Amino acid sequence: MSILAGKKVIIIGDRDGIPGMAIEACAESAGAEVVFSSTECFV
Amino acid sequence: MDLENQKRVKEFAEQYGPENIVVLLGAAEGEASGLAAETVTNGDPTYAGPLTGVSLGLKVYHVCEPEVKAEFDEAVYEEQVSMMEMVLDVDDIISEMTSIREQYCKY
Amino acid sequence: MKSVIKGAGYILVHTPDMVLHNGTTQTTERIVNPDGEYLKELPSHIRTFDQALSYWPNQVYIGNKTPDELAAVPQPWCDKVCDVNDRYGHFGQIMPQEEFLLLMQACDVFGLVKLEKGFVEAHKAALAANPIMDETIMARIPAEQTDAAEIQRLVDEEHSEGLYHNGQLVGCVNRAHDIDVNLSAHVMHENLVSKASSVMALLSAVKNAGIAKEDVEYVVDCAEEACGDMNQRGGGNFAKSAAEIAGLPNATGSDARGFCAAPAHAMIEAAALVASGAYKTVVVTAGGCTAKLGMNGKDHVKKGLPIMEDMVGGFAVVVTQDDGVSPEINLDMLGRHTVGTGSAPQAVISSLVTNPLDKHGLKITDIDKYSPEMQNPDITKPAGAGDVPLANYKMIAALAVKRGELQKADLASFPVKHGLTGWAPTQGHIPSGVPYIGFAREDIMAGKLNRVMIIGKGSLFLGRMTNLFDGVSFVIQANTGAEEAPSGVSEEEVKGMIAKAMRDFAATLMAQAE
Repeated sequence: MSILAGKKVIIIGDRDGIPGMAIEACAESAGAEVVFSSTECFV
Repeated sequence: MDLENQKRVKEFAEQYGPENIVVLLGAAEGEASGLAAETVTNGDPTYAGPLTGVSLGLKVYHVCEPEVKAEFDEAVYEEQVSMMEMVLDVDDIISEMTSIREQYCKY
Repeated sequence: MKSVIKGAGYILVHTPDMVLHNGTTQTTERIVNPDGEYLKELPSHIRTFDQALSYWPNQVYIGNKTPDELAAVPQPWCDKVCDVNDRYGHFGQIMPQEEFLLLMQACDVFGLVKLEKGFVEAHKAALAANPIMDETIMARIPAEQTDAAEIQRLVDEEHSEGLYHNGQLVGCVNRAHDIDVNLSAHVMHENLVSKASSVMALLSAVKNAGIAKEDVEYVVDCAEEACGDMNQRGGGNFAKSAAEIAGLPNATGSDARGFCAAPAHAMIEAAALVASGAYKTVVVTAGGCTAKLGMNGKDHVKKGLPIMEDMVGGFAVVVTQDDGVSPEINLDMLGRHTVGTGSAPQAVISSLVTNPLDKHGLKITDIDKYSPEMQNPDITKPAGAGDVPLANYKMIAALAVKRGELQKADLASFPVKHGLTGWAPTQGHIPSGVPYIGFAREDIMAGKLNRVMIIGKGSLFLGRMTNLFDGVSFVIQANTGAEEAPSGVSEEEVKGMIAKAMRDFAATLMAQAE
């Protein structure tokens, strides 16, 4: 069973790792619905 | 994890049901990934945010983990993320994430 | 016309009590978890001024040690003692908290900073002895100071923000309005710290550049605070406010904002203002930020480390018209993260690094040194943010491999050859590319380097107005010598051109007649 297809996805990206918007594009390509996307910054 | 982000995670879990939620992370290294994953499964380990003492047990993956990577459109992943695999310690991230999921994930 | 880097100033202020009272990690913790372990543990992790002086990255920041020397010191650095512990450096200085509180009062034009009489008496001479201070600045410190009891009353009853030294209440910043939150004691405190540290940076940079204060025509402030009132919350302007205290009579200025990318934006703007002929001398400046003090303190305390985010930072760079020797800013080689670039890390790095190089047919390896985000890894690694400069170098190297400009086997050596080890405090805009400009100027002038790329990146999404990222880059290169005279046309040439045109015209007429 797939992990992402049809699921509600919450994204916590990182400005020094993978930013939220880049993860959004991936999640949507897997058939997930992105309900929240944010990017954190530790510096 | 940022307090506002914790609040949103909590609200969405209540709204849609924790079993329907998947959290995807983009943290820069293993330990930070593990802490974020712990926050959305077992509760905020720093005792600062709305998820303190709240064990949501959500399904959580780092975007570079093979299980979710396999489900992304290959071209999209290539364009958006792939270069970072050369930068991040993916093995360390996978081991931290796996350990947290094994301990706290309920779904 | 060309614009050149004439000099730079870098300053730090050791503010241990502000870590406890003003850093947002601590102020948040005081609200959500007042009896927690962290706040109990924290005071025992605070560094003394002497410890801050002998901290390797701090000595690099003020120019007493070089980035190369730092790179040779094994990490972590917080348990090592630098063999230089001078408070004055080649680029600026490290100011102790007591002097800085007095300087804040000198920078306050609204009678908001109150200091306890005995405290002022004890430390005023030390500030006066500071080589960048002068009588005009010292004269701004009021002769009449305040009783301890009155300061306590202001903090208890009037919402004043306490000023502490060695754990003692020694003064306060009053609110500038009873209702307007933009003029609250908290905001005024934050803004006065930014302003006072910018003044220090301006004074250091002007001195290091060897120019007269009267020469400065324009100042651009690129910090991350906003000053204004409830009718114009970010009205400004830190630049002119700091220029006033620093004694730059012929300067006006404005504030440029863009999170951590702002310094790089401001440098390009300054270079363009000079290159266009609008102004002859522009100074880019920024003071530091109290909110970020102790930002990653929880991780540092948890790991038994000292609080290394106890320094307020500041920098200023003097940009002038070509002097024939100082390194130039190449305005024809600018990198820009645009609205359409997207947030994929490879797209971001391409827009900032390879797009400007491609325009000139240059390879990634044609840039001798890259200065992206120079955060001190000693601070960020224990906090789970990794080694930020190193991550940037790995991305640039990965892109170079993708483009066939670097062998995969050379991935590991790229950061050593083309990179730097981070030394700047995590003060947001302060580490962003600019900490290297002082060293770059000297290394380029010494012939050690030819081209250096300064990269600024900014987390615009934190303002919740956009989800976009931002960044710009520019290249500093060796001075290419005297500029050619404007390409005019001589009278002889004009006569020749007219004669040729007449002959051609006559030939056309004759051809038509035939």
